[in-house]
Amino acid sequence: MSLLLRSGRVIDPANNLDAVQDVLITDGRIERLGRNLRAPAGGEVVDASGKIVCPGFIDMHVHLREPGYEYKETVATGTRAAAAGGFTAVCCMANTNPVNDNGAVTDYILAKAKVEGAVRVYPIGAVTRGLRGEELAELAELAESGCVAFSDDGKCVMNAGLYRRAMEYTLPFGAPLISHAEDTTLSRGASMNEGVVSTETGLPGQPAAAEDVMVARDIVLAELTGAHVHIAHVSTAGAVRLVRDAKARGVRVTAEVTPHHLVLTEDAVRGWDPNTKMAPPLRTKRDVEALIEALVDGTIDCIATDHAPHAISEKEGEFDQAAFGVVGLETAVAVLLDRLVRPGLLPLATLVARWSRDPARLLNLPGGSLAAGAPADITILDPDAESTIDPSRFRSRSRNTPFGGWTLRGGPWMTLVGGKAVRP
Amino acid sequence: MGWTRKDLLTMRDLDASEIVLLVDTAASLQEIASREIKKVPALRGKTIVNLFYEPSTRTRTSFEIAGKWLSADVVNFSSGGSSTSKGERFIDTARNIAAMSPDVVVVRHSSAGAAELLARALPCSIVNAGDGGHEHPTQALLDLLTIREKKGHFDGLHVAIIGDIAHSRVARSNIHGMRKLGMTVTVAGPPTLIPPFVQELGAKVSYRLEEAIGDVDVIMMLRLQQERMTAGLIPSLREYARYWGLTLDKLARHARPDTLIMHPGPVNRGVELAPEVADGPYSVILDQVARGVAVRMGVLLLLAGRKGGDGA
Repeated sequence: MSLLLRSGRVIDPANNLDAVQDVLITDGRIERLGRNLRAPAGGEVVDASGKIVCPGFIDMHVHLREPGYEYKETVATGTRAAAAGGFTAVCCMANTNPVNDNGAVTDYILAKAKVEGAVRVYPIGAVTRGLRGEELAELAELAESGCVAFSDDGKCVMNAGLYRRAMEYTLPFGAPLISHAEDTTLSRGASMNEGVVSTETGLPGQPAAAEDVMVARDIVLAELTGAHVHIAHVSTAGAVRLVRDAKARGVRVTAEVTPHHLVLTEDAVRGWDPNTKMAPPLRTKRDVEALIEALVDGTIDCIATDHAPHAISEKEGEFDQAAFGVVGLETAVAVLLDRLVRPGLLPLATLVARWSRDPARLLNLPGGSLAAGAPADITILDPDAESTIDPSRFRSRSRNTPFGGWTLRGGPWMTLVGGKAVRP
Repeated sequence: MGWTRKDLLTMRDLDASEIVLLVDTAASLQEIASREIKKVPALRGKTIVNLFYEPSTRTRTSFEIAGKWLSADVVNFSSGGSSTSKGERFIDTARNIAAMSPDVVVVRHSSAGAAELLARALPCSIVNAGDGGHEHPTQALLDLLTIREKKGHFDGLHVAIIGDIAHSRVARSNIHGMRKLGMTVTVAGPPTLIPPFVQELGAKVSYRLEEAIGDVDVIMMLRLQQERMTAGLIPSLREYARYWGLTLDKLARHARPDTLIMHPGPVNRGVELAPEVADGPYSVILDQVARGVAVRMGVLLLLAGRKGGDGA
């Protein structure tokens, strides 16, 4: 079984490669990269000229909703959405029902993924039992069952003493805590960012400080314990500054940013579209500029979608009653290629690194590299593909995107998992 | 010029000429209240639904009387909470009501943006009778009509709006309306009740009552909701009344003698307004209520009487 990707522009940041090359895949692994490779007899050849061949993109923050919320998304539909969007692996958050706070739930998710998954699935275990923030989940068993990180995402562990113990207890597992940084005493009741738009609309707002305060706490606790804390969906200039300072001091802190926080501001809320409501909320232009700068300079380590499917009934109607969150798997790559890479705000090679090499390193996942012998998880981009986002055609079971109708240039072209093209 | 909009949702959307048209229309309808037979046939055969998702006595009654004096058929739908007792969602209830072909739906709801949500979903005209902390345009219009009758004009007037600006749809609608008509607006209250960036809406800010009420033409006091204490925004009603309550003594010492005293109601006597002020010679609180009916008649007339329209 072999496959030759002919004449694509190969961008492999882990190996400092950006050149037109052929990629030879044998038995699901990268065999060799080079010019004018000969296609083995009986092997398949794909003409990738004009395309960009990258290590498979890893989305380290998605909600697959299974078990418990299959009306929003399932492992089957969510991983198809991932493949369609150019991702070869996803990490799924623990806020299912039952919560992924014990090995049995992790086993269930992995079993589903094995049978129905279109891409690789790495579960993230809960930090606290039932996401209640009161007592630790069975963290050792979760790690042994295959959880690659721990997070109560969607909720913030407000109890600093408990969070400190979680950091200490998980030290031997080599898996980070992923922090949904939101001080709920500052954000309670809020539907959006606190600022000029909340004042105008009268919608209850939460200040950027709700995030900054908690990022500061998490950094201090990481410093105390020596643990690796990863800040999910950074949305503020203040959090960027805190992470940058902490990294300079050698604290083990990493961070991610979502496409929607990179290209939208609180102004999008003016139209009352519940698909502009998420946690953390869309912030200001100044925050967006800080996030882009941090993504470019490496203060922010990776891009993650925070793909959060919700049924239509949960996302139409009154803004303040609507659920938090937006889907992202099927729009993320195209949105950032068009809005950040094309105008020159983000180098293409940096985008590739932040979506492949960097999350793989951060979570100790296989992948993120096209070195010989690596699993042939490959994302191929078409820089010239024109598309208009049509939510009715999503593979995801949900449609809650703020990007419907956007016309974009550039997008995913082919997704290979273990050397096989996934046709979602 | 005539009225072209399908809905009345905000003061922010309107331009000055539209606001003046609404105020003029209301002014011309005021005399109906003094007739022996308070009925004109203008909206005969039209159906108006009052869809109230928040408790309201004066606004709902005011809309109901306005519709009835114009000979429309008026139906009231009230619901205590944000959803009905059967758990039906707001948008579904509204679609069901729309299926009965009303001409105008008047909506009050605790969620900001609820009126605009209906305006997009339903083909009939929508009047915003208060949506969360967002806007309450007919209250601003009746305030403007009252001010013009007492002061004779808008341009150059200075208004102080005092109290819980952060949660007030009345304040927002008035700031927009007054600024468009060339008035100066100062908002004042403890900093916890002043929303961030309110200057961007064109208002000045003061944190002292005595400073805010000096040299203004109108003082508009806002109702203080008791919940603001439990939310930690103010220490006590007692302290609020002491520093932010308007008393005769403060008026005499700091305000001009011809300053109008307004309040959208219902008044917390002894909290934001001393009883002697609420019932005093410069209080126009009951004039506001009386003009409320005329304003709502004007709004209903312009919306329901719109010919052909913009295709809804």
